[in-house]
Amino acid sequence: MNFSEVFKQSNQLCKVSPDGKYLATCVQYRLVIRDVNTLQILNLYTCLDQISHMEWSSDSLFILCAMYKRGLVQVWSLEQPDWHCKIDEGSIGLVSSRWSPDGRHILNTTEFHLRITVWSLCTKAVSYIKYPKACQKGLDFSRDGCYMALAERRDCKDYVSIFVCDDWHLLRHFETETQDLSGLEWSPNGCVLAVWESCLEYKMLLYSLDGRLLSTYSAYEWSLGIKSVSWSPSSQFLAIGSFDEKVRILNHITWKKIAQFEHPAIIDNTKTVYKEIEKRPAVSSDEMSLHDITVASSLFSTQSKYDISPLPVQIPVVKPDPDRANPKIGVSALAFSSDSRYIATKNGGFQVHSLNWHCSGDSLILIGKDQLCLCYMDADQNNQ
Amino acid sequence: MGDWGLTETSMDNYEISSLSHVEMSPSRHNNLMSAYSLPSSKSSYSVISAFCTEDNIPQCISYINQELGSLGLAAHIQADPPGRASLNAAPALNAMYELLQIHRRTMNSVEELEKEQLKKTSTLEHMQTSNSRLKDQLELSIREKSGLHETERQLQLKLKTLQSCLKTEKDEVQKLQSIIASRASQYSHDAKRKEREAAKLKERLSQLLVDRKDKKLAIEMLNSLGRSDGKRSHWKTAKATASREAEMYKSLLSDYEASQRALMLENAELQKVLQQMKKEMMHILSPCPPLNRGGSAEESQELGDSDREERSAETSRETLDQSCEHAREQLTNSIRQQWRKLRNHVQKLDNQASLVQNQPPSNAEVIPLETHEQEVERMRLEVQQCKEFIHAQQQLLQQQLNTSFDDETAALLNGCYTLEEKERLKEEWRLFDEQKRNFEKERKNFTEAAIRLGREKRAFEEDRAAWLKHQFLSMTPFADRMRSSSSDGQSALSVKSEPEIKTSSSKVPPVKSSAYTTFSTPKPSKSAAVPSTIDVCRTLRLIPDYSSSRHSNQRRWQESGATEDEESWLKSKSKVCSSDLSIFSLDEDKNPLT
Repeated sequence: MNFSEVFKQSNQLCKVSPDGKYLATCVQYRLVIRDVNTLQILNLYTCLDQISHMEWSSDSLFILCAMYKRGLVQVWSLEQPDWHCKIDEGSIGLVSSRWSPDGRHILNTTEFHLRITVWSLCTKAVSYIKYPKACQKGLDFSRDGCYMALAERRDCKDYVSIFVCDDWHLLRHFETETQDLSGLEWSPNGCVLAVWESCLEYKMLLYSLDGRLLSTYSAYEWSLGIKSVSWSPSSQFLAIGSFDEKVRILNHITWKKIAQFEHPAIIDNTKTVYKEIEKRPAVSSDEMSLHDITVASSLFSTQSKYDISPLPVQIPVVKPDPDRANPKIGVSALAFSSDSRYIATKNGGFQVHSLNWHCSGDSLILIGKDQLCLCYMDADQNNQ
Repeated sequence: MGDWGLTETSMDNYEISSLSHVEMSPSRHNNLMSAYSLPSSKSSYSVISAFCTEDNIPQCISYINQELGSLGLAAHIQADPPGRASLNAAPALNAMYELLQIHRRTMNSVEELEKEQLKKTSTLEHMQTSNSRLKDQLELSIREKSGLHETERQLQLKLKTLQSCLKTEKDEVQKLQSIIASRASQYSHDAKRKEREAAKLKERLSQLLVDRKDKKLAIEMLNSLGRSDGKRSHWKTAKATASREAEMYKSLLSDYEASQRALMLENAELQKVLQQMKKEMMHILSPCPPLNRGGSAEESQELGDSDREERSAETSRETLDQSCEHAREQLTNSIRQQWRKLRNHVQKLDNQASLVQNQPPSNAEVIPLETHEQEVERMRLEVQQCKEFIHAQQQLLQQQLNTSFDDETAALLNGCYTLEEKERLKEEWRLFDEQKRNFEKERKNFTEAAIRLGREKRAFEEDRAAWLKHQFLSMTPFADRMRSSSSDGQSALSVKSEPEIKTSSSKVPPVKSSAYTTFSTPKPSKSAAVPSTIDVCRTLRLIPDYSSSRHSNQRRWQESGATEDEESWLKSKSKVCSSDLSIFSLDEDKNPLT
């Protein structure tokens, strides 16, 4: 494996374009576009303030750069470097900004979640969506880009609005049976919307596209509930990771639990456990239970290798402070592989920021604070 | 003492009887008193009279004195005049008095002893009753004690369970407390966040109120972009909204349909599997007499019958409508039934097997375990071998197919094959050509031969005719020498070329006919001269043959070339010629022909 030279970036804003040809990085207030193969700088744009958020449009032709402090969004074009677009939210402030799936609308969430402004780059028109809910994941686009689901809160009640992304008109608006909706996510086939409660109650609700409640699922009461949710790419399974360190998998026909995975402190029943052993003892070691050969590759000079630990393996558990809110226990990240055969989970307070599978389903990338690790699956093994 | 010895026995008797008398009295106080209150009882008299008689008074006296001395009494009986039968009254009375004293004293002691004994028996009784009472009490108290032990044990158990309950309750309480604590912390965190947000809002509001310089929200673009899909945007109409709704429902429906299709397929497959299972179970349960014992054979027979009935009924019902709820229920019920039967059957077999194992293997009906296992092993080996064989075959087939799919080698192989074929074909063509050439040659030879033969034949015929004619003419009065020359000429004619022959032959028919007639006419005359059989022969054979041959000859000669007809004709001709020649040879000498 070869490594390129190290480039500067700020705010961890580095994104490859959806078509895979360009790499965009932000350095303070500059946006640098490079070619992915040669890493030559193709374009350089300057924004008015430090860039807080950067996103490619779905057709890889435009990039938006949001500056939350100034309440500005600037859009740059790849084909025409001279083209510019600046959206000013004014005094109302800006909290988050994102593209719509068609790549021609920008949704800005104002400060205090007062409203969502939908700017159209085709017609310069503006639409407003009122009372969006400020929660973990209140907005989700369906995978085909047709529908947008938005969580709203009016009069201390939760609602979900489904908009058609073509012309932003409201398709459905229904109340959800939640006390405090924390997130929603479309299934990959766009027919089912999973809605879950805040962590004070374990409740997962499943709504169909037209707003009917299909099913509810609650594993237990009183303890802290759902921490992370992930759909399988085939829409057949819904994985729910909770604060009790368990992952429960629901099936799409009966919406009942078909499997449950635990993360005990002493691992005894998996096939193989790989323990990363680092030569520099100062950095904490990451431990994950995977099922196959892992190849470590770190960006920096610390060499790590992975040893197969003999079972049973005791994972060092750091007891979190129970007085603090949002304790660092429980399954916080879930990722299905693209063929829905594997699921990778992160439990506890490990320093892993994200898990992402390669689209072929063969390898997994773990990104930590300072390091990343690629894990390759052996074709022969096929355990869950 | 000698006296004692003599009188001892009588004394003994007396003593015994007196002693017995005396012994009786301690037990009976009254009797004693009555005995002594009747001093003049006959028995006492009889005793005394038995003891002392007139004769042995001194002995008695001495004996009594001895007794008194042994008793420790000082008084002695003396005979008043010694040797006389009367006694001294005072010592006797003293002795009696002392004896009475002694007696009284003993009586008193006896009384006391009796009293004592009474007391003691009463105390004994008392003790016994109290002992029994105490024993009863003891038993009772022991029972009570065991009962109390029992209750104590139960109470201990209860205590333990209660303690464990208490522990669990405490744990639960702790858990709930921790939950409450976490919830409380979460609530407080959320509340704080909301408060902070509210504070920020207030701050911003106050800022805005103070500021009053509202920055308008605006967008600056160099130029509008086109839509991503390139189309123009549409007006928002009711129709558009309805179409959106319709689209949404369409997508939902298609998803449901897809899942329903998948589920139907799965359902059908599962039903198939169930049906198969059911059939197999039925098959297993159907009666197999050699394997079962008598009783179980009957049972299995019954099972088989019922199975068959069920089978026919059910299959007819099930094939009607598989998706019907009713049919599904029936299927599941029948599967359950069959499974129960199978399970019972297997249990029975297990019992049988265990019985067989317990007994010595004497029963021939039940296959012993070892042979069964051997059979199974053998079958496994067979299966393995068959599998390997199939595998090998498959591999070979694959190889073949693979080689055929492999372009280069396939082309090469094809090339080889076609080359081979080509060469073979070439060979065959060559052979064919050779044969053809041979045939041609032969044909040519044949034709030439035929031609020659024909010519020769004709020449011969002509010669013969000429000769016959000559003969005839020589026989006749016509002595025409020109006929001989003409015969030569005719023979020469035969050698001439075809057109001449043709022309001559063309001329000949009328001439021939005339000649024919001329020939015909002389024939009978000739025949008159020659024996009739020969003539008949000739006329029959020669003339038709000749004419026919001649005619055919002419006709044939008029035909062109060597043909197959000619070949056959030649063959037939040759036959005819040969036959003719034979005839000619027969008649040559005798039949001149001109």
